Amino acid sequence: MEATVTTANSEEKTWGGGDNQPMGASYGKLMMWFFIVSDALTFSGFLAAYGFSRFKFIETWPLADEVFTHFPFMHGVSAPMYYVALMTFILIFSSVTMVLAVDAGHQMKKDKVVIYMFLTIIGGGIFVGSQAWEWKNFIKGEYGAIETKGGSLLQFVDKDGKRVALAEFAATLPEVRERLTRDKAKWFMEEGSLPSYSVAEVQAGFKAHPDLLIRTETITADKQKTILSRAESEQRLTQASLVVEGANLTRNEYGSKLFADFFFFITGFHGFHVLSGVIINIIIFFNVLLGTYEKRKSYEMVEKVGLYWHFVDLVWVFVFTVFYLV
Amino acid sequence: MSHGHEHVSNISRIWKVFGILSAVTIVEVILGIYKPDSLHFSHFLGMSLLNWIFYGLTVFKAYYIVWAFMHMEGEKSSLRSAVVIPVIFLILYLLFILLTEGNYIYGVFKDSTIKWNF
Repeated sequence: MEATVTTANSEEKTWGGGDNQPMGASYGKLMMWFFIVSDALTFSGFLAAYGFSRFKFIETWPLADEVFTHFPFMHGVSAPMYYVALMTFILIFSSVTMVLAVDAGHQMKKDKVVIYMFLTIIGGGIFVGSQAWEWKNFIKGEYGAIETKGGSLLQFVDKDGKRVALAEFAATLPEVRERLTRDKAKWFMEEGSLPSYSVAEVQAGFKAHPDLLIRTETITADKQKTILSRAESEQRLTQASLVVEGANLTRNEYGSKLFADFFFFITGFHGFHVLSGVIINIIIFFNVLLGTYEKRKSYEMVEKVGLYWHFVDLVWVFVFTVFYLV
Repeated sequence: MSHGHEHVSNISRIWKVFGILSAVTIVEVILGIYKPDSLHFSHFLGMSLLNWIFYGLTVFKAYYIVWAFMHMEGEKSSLRSAVVIPVIFLILYLLFILLTEGNYIYGVFKDSTIKWNF
């Protein structure tokens, strides 16, 4: 064996690039940077696509303030932004503990690295959990809406412009609706769970409550949604075709269909990055505990996962702006 | 970073950057909740001034995350350019094409007989 090995590779371990360090960074760190570049471009592609759709439907895009209004343990209180702001703080703080772990690693202080890595993992876990809660609220919806035959969305408000949920006014009609299942359908057709109310029940309820009005998707000059007059509202409601509650990939009660698609895709892709980050952090955490890097006399691996973790935070900063602020 | 270079602790800098990032986030949230009319209803290059401020603050935060937390400031300038320049150039290019095109399609829907097709 010895005779066949090329003498140029005399070092014991060359998989890490040996001593050759282009741009003054080790092989692993350089590769992490290049991975981050490509991942950053992937995320920008998604966010740019979101921007494309938003510019395309600039007059009808949902207003973020009205979509994300929940805060834990505060039912019925409209609290836009506070929850995501809290999530942002959690992620930034876990970035801080990560960078403190890297710093402690430089000084070869194993105990400090352990504590800070642990805090980082906890922060990441809380963030993923918060995102799950956000998704739950988004999927469940709050008010419900009507989709017309033309594909636009109608929401209901009272005289003061306050949103009214379908449950507050929909009539109960003695009709039996049956969910279409495969065995009853003519050709591989089926439908998901039925909405709580039928179109006829919503229409009857609307008729019975003369103070209700309809709000369309169109944004007015003062950046609010258009509220129709009672006569216009009744006219529009005759074109109703579907009751929409909550959100899925096909339709959602907030407005443009693409809005929910982008929300699920982009925050989902980011959440998946956070989840992978937490798992990688856990692996490195155990390596630190086992003293792997102590033996290696270098905590560079902590630095490399740190780069990834900060990148995840960096992406969230942009997702936060694009989805919740702008 | 690994050769002979003694590692000074930058804990104070880390906390300072955390303070900056938190302050900027708080400013963003306050602006987002109150939406001052003068900024919200102004229009500049396709967006309201408020949106431009949000994007500006975001890039400001991104700078601190990359430079302080990811420690780009300690890397060689060749690595800095190799990472930052392609990303900035490609993102601006992509945004330019897609947003211009989105705006164009908005115009098509608005002014022509096609109302909605996908």
